Amino acid sequence: MPTDDVWKHLVDTALFTLLINTFWLSVGVVVGTSLLGVSLAWLTAIYQFPGSRFFSWALLLPLAIPAYVTAFIVHGLFDYTGPIQTTLRTWLGSELPWFPDLYGRGGVTVVMILAFYPYVYLMARNAFLTQGKRLLEVAQSLGLNRKQGFFKVALPMARPWIAGGIMLTLMETLADFGTVSVFNYDTFTTAIYKAWFGMFSLPAASQLASLLITLVFVLIIIEQQFRARMRFAETKRSSHADRIVLSGWKACTAICFAASVLFFAFVLPIMQLSGWAAHSLMQSFDQRYLEFLLHSLLLSAMATLITCFVAILLVYAVRLYSNTFTRIAVRIATIGYALPGAVLAVGIFIPLAWLDDQLNEWLLTLFQIEAGLLIQGTVGVMLIAYMTRFLAVAHYPIDSAMQRITRSIDEAAMGFGLTGWAVLRSVHLPMLKTGIFTAAALVFVDVMKEMPITLMTRPFGWDTLAVRIFSLTSEGEWQQAALPAVTLVLAGLVPIILLMRQTDK
Amino acid sequence: MCKLFSIKRFLVITYCFVSLLVINVAQAEQVVVYSARIEELIKPMFDAFTRETGIQVKFTTDKEGALLARLKAEGKRTPADVLITADAGNLWEAARAGLLKSVSSSILEANIPAHLRDPQGHWFGLSVRARTIVYNTQKVKPSELSTYEDLADPKWKGRLCLRTSKKVYNQSLVAMMIAEHGEAETERIVKGWVDNLATEPLSDDTRTLEFVAAGRCDVALVNTYYYGRLMESNSNLPLAIFWPNQKNSGVHVNISGAGVTQFSKNEHAAIKLLEFLSSEKAQNLFADVNMEYPVNPKVKPSKIVAAWGEFKQNPMNLAKAGELQTAAIKLMDRAGYR
Repeated sequence: MPTDDVWKHLVDTALFTLLINTFWLSVGVVVGTSLLGVSLAWLTAIYQFPGSRFFSWALLLPLAIPAYVTAFIVHGLFDYTGPIQTTLRTWLGSELPWFPDLYGRGGVTVVMILAFYPYVYLMARNAFLTQGKRLLEVAQSLGLNRKQGFFKVALPMARPWIAGGIMLTLMETLADFGTVSVFNYDTFTTAIYKAWFGMFSLPAASQLASLLITLVFVLIIIEQQFRARMRFAETKRSSHADRIVLSGWKACTAICFAASVLFFAFVLPIMQLSGWAAHSLMQSFDQRYLEFLLHSLLLSAMATLITCFVAILLVYAVRLYSNTFTRIAVRIATIGYALPGAVLAVGIFIPLAWLDDQLNEWLLTLFQIEAGLLIQGTVGVMLIAYMTRFLAVAHYPIDSAMQRITRSIDEAAMGFGLTGWAVLRSVHLPMLKTGIFTAAALVFVDVMKEMPITLMTRPFGWDTLAVRIFSLTSEGEWQQAALPAVTLVLAGLVPIILLMRQTDK
Repeated sequence: MCKLFSIKRFLVITYCFVSLLVINVAQAEQVVVYSARIEELIKPMFDAFTRETGIQVKFTTDKEGALLARLKAEGKRTPADVLITADAGNLWEAARAGLLKSVSSSILEANIPAHLRDPQGHWFGLSVRARTIVYNTQKVKPSELSTYEDLADPKWKGRLCLRTSKKVYNQSLVAMMIAEHGEAETERIVKGWVDNLATEPLSDDTRTLEFVAAGRCDVALVNTYYYGRLMESNSNLPLAIFWPNQKNSGVHVNISGAGVTQFSKNEHAAIKLLEFLSSEKAQNLFADVNMEYPVNPKVKPSKIVAAWGEFKQNPMNLAKAGELQTAAIKLMDRAGYR
């Protein structure tokens, strides 16, 4: 069966549309997450209003819900057959031609903004917290008002953090398959899946994937250029005590804004999920849930440790041997996040299988040992795969934190007679702490939600909550899948709460 | 950092991890299955098989595409003995890529009609999934309906709902239509469908059925077991099944099926599993858990399924669905069927 003309077919029929689709989706999600993420971060880092402490961590909660779950819930609620449209039709006694069509560009963009804004929020908030009100005071002493202080001082200073958050959002958007599938929205990812798994054409799929990678690489280089021109300095962390207190209608507006984002991104989905879960609790709950949960937590914890460790190594590699080669090598190492999960899973599996093969041949010729599969079928493969996928998630926050540690700080430390490990322990680690915790929380939650890699590389019997959700949703059994989904969200809260306790003192 | 990951805790975690790795299944006769049919729909049959034969079944589930890629990458060291999918197209591709072994078994040949298995014995259908027309009983009289092709007629303008063309069920249907009518005629039909759509293609069969029930559209193409599930949860819905093409080619069917992998190390057990699944004893169970149709003509469908009435199946060999799948996807792209 000739498959080499698949590429030509894609170029002729679909490529233009999916480029346009991917472009507008990316623009929409980037603009939306930046606006929401930065404004909420500024609000909770600088101001104090009733509930501001609660919102400061609660606004991270949507991170624990996989985007495609939110997508499905939005469909369940707002679709033609959903309760909202149905009720409206009954009240008004007519069709609702003015009701927005969910299958357009808007629906999928909004869902992704709600699912991904916490990346920008978390990272921008760290920046604002560490600059704090003091920076604003300095700005004011220079004759700038609060608005100018934000746009001319705080925002530019927070740029590496915000850019990091936006890059994560963008890569997540480009790699997404689940959410766009629910909306039947064609992007690069859906085209890669179609070429590979539908038309069985690996060449066409690889061509599309390389195009995607090139695109991401260009974006990363552009972002890098922006960052390279900036220098950063640390100011003292602000505490809750010296925040600007909001009252009256200003406090009301702040509460309403934060509460409505939280409502649509977290409360509403969780209410719907819980409703479904209660419905199916009796038939779908069994003792294996404990096992699923344990596997999910264990894998996430191990992957988090490894990924953060490697990310720290990468950050130091660039700091110590800062040349073009290391910079590019680090960029390549963190690009896995932009690749569709299934493509990455297969891409990792093939070289590992090859390695296993070589190892076997070698053992057979040297020692006459038929070893079988040594690497595949172990948790090690999963961890390598997770690390490949989520290195970017760990790298951005740690890298941004590292940019705060200027050369002069190192020189000052040396002036005090500190060298090597002592500098690392008493100067660098305290300054990197927030970045490392951010990285750890993000990776932990992302691994819990991860599906294609887990499905492909798990050893027999290593089923997780995500695997359970896949198993039920692939046949459209959403009510049944609600229980593992709720469990996954609850388990995802643990690292988020730990993180906030660490960074929000 | 230090508080969270103390050495003691680290050791405990490492211990748990290592002990979980070390536990290995006893070396009794076993068969390893890669299954695209989900756990709920396959595990009861494996349990029955183990009870009957004492042979253990180890299985892992994933999507078809990923399982094929994995089999290819593992090559001759694959632990898999059996590949199970929920459609014929992927089995056909697995056979084409040399991942499945040709099996000759008089039991399988006797139990499974010829059009539901590979002529070369690379794969065998185990349950039949019928893709048919469902209509809103308040808006459509069954006498208005006739064939899949007729849904392209302008009289259905703004009345048709379809699931997205990305699902293999629709790809197989169009592939079989190409085999019957040729590309040009099929493209004309698919374009007609697209012109008649009441709303954008929907993401799954259940949603499509709900749209018909809510009156957003009047007719749709779905697999019958989705209809069965939805009616089970709400029997008052104004939905009914219509069997199209009864005067000519018959209803389009697909299979969920299986093949023995090329490098299976437990070929004996693997064939035994397939034979068991096709047997009268297992067929009820296999088809009933998902309200599908048994492949084995000696076995009657479940009561619920039988109530939907008897119908004539399209007798064309399902290998065509795989062979023409790429052509079908291209055709749907050209016709603007998303």
